[in-house]
Amino acid sequence: MENDALIILSRLQFAITALYHFIFVPLTLGLSVIIAIMETVYVMTGRLIWRDMVKFWGILFGINFAMGVATGITMEFQFGTNWAYYSHYVGDIFGIPLAIEGMMAFFLEATFVGVFFFGWNRISPVMHCISTWILALGTNLSAFWILVANGWMQHPVGSYFNYDTMRMELSSFFDILFNPVAQAKFVHTVSAGYVVGSMFVLSLSCYYLLRGRCKDFAKRSIVVASAFGLASALSVVVLGDESGYLEGEVQKVKLASIEAMWETEKPPASFTLFGFPDMETKTTKYKIEIPYVLGLIATRSLDTPVMGLKDLVEKHKDNIAQGIRAYNALTILKTDKTNASARAEFEEYGKNLGYGLLLKHFVDDPNNATPEIIEQAAWYTIPHHIWLIFWSFRVMVACGFYFILLFALMFWNASKRNFDKKWLLKLGMLSLPLPWVAAEAGWVVAEYGRQPWVIEGFLPTSFATSDLSTSQVAITLAGFILLYSSLLVVELYLMRKYIRKGPEHALASLAGPNEITDKPFVQTIKNNEE
Amino acid sequence: MEILSYDVLRIIWWILLGVLFIGFSILDGFDLGVAASQPFIGKTDNERRIIMNTVGPIWEGNQSWIILAVGATLAAWPNLYATAFSGLYFIVILALLGFILRPVSFKYRSKKPEAKWRRNWDFIFSLSGVFPIFFFGLIVGNIIQGIPFYLDENLKSYYTGSFIGMFNPFALLCAFLGLFLFVAHGCNYLTIRVADTPLRKRATSYGRVCYLIAIVLFCIAGFWVYFSKMGYMITSVIPANQPSNPLTKTVELAGQYGWLTNYIKYPAMMIVPIVGFLGMIIGMIFIGSKRPTITFIISSLALVGVIGTFGLGLFPFVLPSSTDMASSLTVWDATSSHMTLFLMLIVVIIFLPIILFYTSWVYYIVRGVITEKTLEDTDNIAY
Repeated sequence: MENDALIILSRLQFAITALYHFIFVPLTLGLSVIIAIMETVYVMTGRLIWRDMVKFWGILFGINFAMGVATGITMEFQFGTNWAYYSHYVGDIFGIPLAIEGMMAFFLEATFVGVFFFGWNRISPVMHCISTWILALGTNLSAFWILVANGWMQHPVGSYFNYDTMRMELSSFFDILFNPVAQAKFVHTVSAGYVVGSMFVLSLSCYYLLRGRCKDFAKRSIVVASAFGLASALSVVVLGDESGYLEGEVQKVKLASIEAMWETEKPPASFTLFGFPDMETKTTKYKIEIPYVLGLIATRSLDTPVMGLKDLVEKHKDNIAQGIRAYNALTILKTDKTNASARAEFEEYGKNLGYGLLLKHFVDDPNNATPEIIEQAAWYTIPHHIWLIFWSFRVMVACGFYFILLFALMFWNASKRNFDKKWLLKLGMLSLPLPWVAAEAGWVVAEYGRQPWVIEGFLPTSFATSDLSTSQVAITLAGFILLYSSLLVVELYLMRKYIRKGPEHALASLAGPNEITDKPFVQTIKNNEE
Repeated sequence: MEILSYDVLRIIWWILLGVLFIGFSILDGFDLGVAASQPFIGKTDNERRIIMNTVGPIWEGNQSWIILAVGATLAAWPNLYATAFSGLYFIVILALLGFILRPVSFKYRSKKPEAKWRRNWDFIFSLSGVFPIFFFGLIVGNIIQGIPFYLDENLKSYYTGSFIGMFNPFALLCAFLGLFLFVAHGCNYLTIRVADTPLRKRATSYGRVCYLIAIVLFCIAGFWVYFSKMGYMITSVIPANQPSNPLTKTVELAGQYGWLTNYIKYPAMMIVPIVGFLGMIIGMIFIGSKRPTITFIISSLALVGVIGTFGLGLFPFVLPSSTDMASSLTVWDATSSHMTLFLMLIVVIIFLPIILFYTSWVYYIVRGVITEKTLEDTDNIAY
């Protein structure tokens, strides 16, 4: 039996620091590509206004990037400080994509961000533009490797449990690299980042147009952002569908939770558009359903059933029974590695060892588990707050479709050079927070939907913490909340300051103590305005 | 994968662990040192901005070394990563605090002209340099003495010491040794990048004093280890080719010579502490000379020597336990699987040269002296 408070605090700390990190990451992802596109236009046309666009959005990118780096390093330390048993248990596999991320991606990104800010006059415009693309490549590769790591947690392929070392070890790197869950997650998440970046540029440009400031600058920014945003929003939704299909394949609990689907339905299952999941009665009230849709998304067929939560719980009872046998075999193997019958038993049932460990949440010795405890443990294998997943998912999807609509409208008007629709500009400006809402909701679906597992089916979250006291984690949790909130206040303050200054003033007063107003690139904006 | 046997790979990864942490110390070490000393060496706002901008374009890439080193530790030494980071919980979090504050103080410090805003950020900036160096030094000092932890039958680690216990005199000695050495290294770097002004003279004299203190502390640490006989040794058969399970061996105190046993057995290894010692001496004498780049390279060698002295002395231990010695983590029983070590070696062989290539290119394009005049050019300066 573990210390429940420790587990809850450790999870809270991870969730808060990760959600926080994920405020900055998607904007870095999207903005780096948008800036690279703008700089390419500058290099190809030689028009200085495009260079100003790169520089101005670059200032905001820099303010955001600093926070992304600051909060990101916490994540890499935290697996060791707070999830030490997890690190021991899966470091052999999970460490690989993380280390490759550092070597192949983060290093690239961090080195070339220096060139981006400091290299304007030191290298040729073409070299600078290439450097910016390398920066964008670095951020995207970084996302790729992190999602390979995360995809493995959702769908642990290419690995096995080694009882000599009491941990999971690598059996195939290529299975981990080409894990279908990781691939779908990567494109989905990166596209979501592009949507965040596009919305950021779009909303602020709408703000400038509404104020009648820097019109040429804002109009060009809208053209880039709406085109890129539309493509990305379409990609997010399509790849979200791919994720749904894969969840139907490998993460049946998550899919059933998203749908709050308690009973297995006759195929093809219908999609619940709206409803109130009730954990007590294990039903969903006031459902509005669309026939056939879920069956099509999850199985891509009309006759394969989608399993409901109650049936999944029944199935997990068998897994738990096998998990107890695996646990017993492992207990023998710990002291007698050559015991042939224990080895054979572990070969057979070892894949369900995780379900045996899950019982340790309820009893010290899984062999003492009564049928009531097994029933309780089986229900524990589905996330506790189904409503959270159900609603997060709907918020995310609603936002996704709204983005397609908004970007399409913007793009349509921009292509007709019509920037005068006040209501549309206002709508664009006010939509600024929505992509973040969608991204964070998506994170909740993906990560909370995996509970109670940290490695789906293999390692219960409750088993993965460090040996720390509750007060230790409480102190650092409070510290992180305090520090992160203060930094966020400063970040938003500076963002607001530079957004308000706008391109016409911000570019001149970057770092110097005095306002310098007669720089040539500022002049170009003013000339363009006239 | 069969090309390299498990024990050879383990040795290679022990060397690579050293390479990555020494790479971090040399390259991120100087900008951490520069950050730590910025409010002391820079007297005016312009001087402080010059100091920040000497490392402005490169500190972010340099900081990647710690990401790399920590990530590689997780992949190649999962037990070490898990046990050290969770056991030394608050110390690691405090070092991390430095890494969190650094990017923001770089990016935000000069974003407003008010003197008060900048002074406050200068203070935070300095702390962001001090914390990682000081607390990493403290970790090293604790590792040398052995950390109170044990592993249970599931190989979960339990730290049994106290928080205050980590601030013992020897650990504090190592922490200050690290701090003064890194600040000296940072001052050395500044003399390359600033013009012949009072600022450079200040960096020179600060650096000289810091080298001197570091030399004294290094010698004290050596005698301390010798006279206290701290150190451990494996007394059972060495499990060099077995699966990584630390509980299959026995360990005892190393006896008469403690951690110096390796040096007495193989006197040729003495070259490493000598390089560290001489490097610091030469650094102290020649800092601020007309050939600052050469002094900087020698200063980097001093870091190799000092950190190498620690690594070689402990071999084959990477994390000794003071309370349950058999739980100690060593080169032979704390690595990842054979396959993972091999795969990660391939990754390092491919990417480390690429990293060194583009890092050198960036260092090359941002070279040159930073002066007050450079600060006016917003095309080349961001902080």
